[in-house]
Amino acid sequence: MKIAVCVKQIPDPATPYSLDPATHFVVRPHDQVLDDTDRYGIEVGLQMAAAAGDDATVTVFSMGPSGSMQGIRQALSMGADGAVVVDDPALRGAEALLTARILAAAIARHGFDVVVTGTESTDGYSGVVPQQIAELLGVPALTFARKVEKTADGVRIERQTATGYDVVEAALPVVLSVTAGSVEPRYPSFKGIMAAKSKPVETLTASDLGVEVATAQAIQGVEPVPARQAGEVIEDDGEAHLRIIALLEQRKVV
Amino acid sequence: MTSFELSPEHEAFRKVVRQFAEAEIAPHAATWDREHHFPEELVGKMGDLGLFGLPFPDEIGGGGGDFTGLCVAIEEIGRVDQSMGITLEAAVGLGINPIVAYGTPVQQQRWLPDLLAGRALAAFGLTEPDAGSDAGATRTKAFRDGDDWVIDGAKAFITNSGSSLTSVIAVTAVTGDDEISTILVPAGTPGLTVEPAYHKMGWHASDTHGLVFDGCRVPADHLLGERGRGLRQFLAVLDEGRIAIAALALGLIRACLDASVEYANRRYAFGGPIGRNQGVAFPIADMQVMAEAAHLLVYRAAAVRDAGGNITQAAAMAKLYATEAAVTATRIATQVHGGAGFIEESVVARFYRDAKILEIGEGTSEIQRLIIGRGLGLPIG
Repeated sequence: MKIAVCVKQIPDPATPYSLDPATHFVVRPHDQVLDDTDRYGIEVGLQMAAAAGDDATVTVFSMGPSGSMQGIRQALSMGADGAVVVDDPALRGAEALLTARILAAAIARHGFDVVVTGTESTDGYSGVVPQQIAELLGVPALTFARKVEKTADGVRIERQTATGYDVVEAALPVVLSVTAGSVEPRYPSFKGIMAAKSKPVETLTASDLGVEVATAQAIQGVEPVPARQAGEVIEDDGEAHLRIIALLEQRKVV
Repeated sequence: MTSFELSPEHEAFRKVVRQFAEAEIAPHAATWDREHHFPEELVGKMGDLGLFGLPFPDEIGGGGGDFTGLCVAIEEIGRVDQSMGITLEAAVGLGINPIVAYGTPVQQQRWLPDLLAGRALAAFGLTEPDAGSDAGATRTKAFRDGDDWVIDGAKAFITNSGSSLTSVIAVTAVTGDDEISTILVPAGTPGLTVEPAYHKMGWHASDTHGLVFDGCRVPADHLLGERGRGLRQFLAVLDEGRIAIAALALGLIRACLDASVEYANRRYAFGGPIGRNQGVAFPIADMQVMAEAAHLLVYRAAAVRDAGGNITQAAAMAKLYATEAAVTATRIATQVHGGAGFIEESVVARFYRDAKILEIGEGTSEIQRLIIGRGLGLPIG
C-alpha cells in the first residue's frame, strides 16, 4: 500500500511573518518548520501503514523552497519513509491550483493508494488544494475527516460539518483531508530524528514533472487587517437588555 | 573551528521534548506540586517518547541515542517541572544504569523491557538515615541463608521507590567484613516496607520514600554485579548522574531566566517596566551568564562521557556550578517577581523550593569540592 501525505514547510509561527513588498509573497527563511496541522495527516498515514502491514510505505510530498529541509526532516522523524520535494524558483508564489497540479503530478508519478492532507495550510489558508488534487488525480475526495476507519476495500470517515458529522466512504484510491483532532500525532523519538537523517529525499522541479508553470492569479494588493475597534458599552438604564437583544438580532446571532 | 554547539539532531530533539513538556507537563505542574501527586500516567507518556531508553543501545531495547540526548531531555523536562526531571534522571541514572552495567542476562531480560519503555521504574537504595555522603557507613545488612539473601535495615530518601510503577529496588547492603554488595529486591517482596511519601520542601510531585527491610528474603541470584563491589559499582554510575543533575539544574536556571525576562518587561512600577531599572536588569543579565556557563560545563561533560573519557572531574564541576547557580537563579527570579514571587500561583515560588535539593542529592556541593580538590592534588582530609 502506497500512502502519500502532503505537507508544507512554513515560517515558524512563533516568529513574525513578513511579506515581500514587491511580490506580496511571504518571505521564507532558510529554516522553516513543518506546518503543525500536517502532523495529523502524517499520523493518519502512519497508522494506516501500520494497519496495512510491512509492505506499506508513507511518503511525504511538498512544494516550496526546500531551505534547510528542517520541516521535511520533522515529517520523516515521525516515521515517514521518504520525501519528494518540488523546489523550483519558477513556482514562487504559486496559487492553490498550480500547487495542486504540482503535488498531483508528483504523487501520480510515485503511485498511490491513499493521499492524506490537512484541511488547509497555516500560512496560506486557501483550503482548496486537497479537493483540487483529488479532481486532478480523478479519485474521490473524502474531506474534513474527524475520524478515519479502514473498510474492506476503502476508507470510511466521519466528515465534520457545522452541525455534526456525515459518514462518508469510498473505495481506494482516495484523497483524504483530516482535521486537527482526528488523531493524536506522535512525538518524534530521538531514534526517529537520527533515522530521518538518512531517509531518501528526492528534489524535483516543475519540468521534471512535466507541469507547465502557468497561473491565472495575481495578487493586486495586500492590506493589513483593520485594527480592532473598541467595543460599545451599553449602560443599563433598565432597558439595556432590549438594546442588546436588538443588536444581536441585527447581527443575526439570535 | 572548535564547535560548542550541539548537533542539529540534538537541537531537533530538544524542540520535540520542549513541545512535549509544554503540552503534557506544564499545564499540570502546579497542581501536581500542590497536591503532592506523582503522575504515573505521565511516566508512560515519557516512555512513549523514548526518554527512559534513550541512552541505551538498540540491542537491549534502548533508544539508540546518547547521554547528551538524555541531558537535553532532562534539561527540557526540568525547565517546566523539576519533579518530573528528577523522576527521569533517577529512573535512568540510578534505576536502569546499574542493571545495564552489571545485570546478568537473566536480570536484564526480567527487568529492562518494562524499565526502558517507561512501564515501570527502578530505584536505587544507597542512602540511609545514618549514611549519605559517607556511603561506607552503610548499616543495612544481608546474609546468605541457604539459597537466599536475607536483608535487614533501612534506606532513606529513595526516589521512584513507592508508586505502583516501581518494579525493583537495588539495595546496597553489608555482606561481610568491609564488604558492601548490591542486591535486587522486587517490589512487593515480603519483609520490604515502603514508608509513606516524605513531605519534602520541593520536588513535591516526585515519588520519594523511606524503606524498611525486616527479614526481607530474595533468591541468591538477585545479587547485582560482583559480591563486595557494591559501593564501587555505585560510584561508577554516580559520576554520570551528576552530569544529569547538572542538566536538571540548567533547566531550572533557564526557566528562571525566561520567567524573569518576561516579568521584568511586563510589570510596571514608577511609570515603566521594572526591567529598565539596573537593580532588576543586572541580576537577570547575570542569570544569562549562569545559564551559558552551566550549559558549557554540562554538555562538555556529557560529550566526554559519550566519547568514553573519564568524567569524574568534569561531572563534579558541572554539578557543583550548575546546582549552585540554580539556587542563585531561583533567588534572583523570586526577587524580580517581588511579592508575586512569594505566592504559590507564580512558578518561581515552586522553583525556589525545588532548587535547594540540587546542591544536596547525588553528591553534595561539599563532596564535589572534595573531588575537585583531590583532583588538584590537594591533601584534603
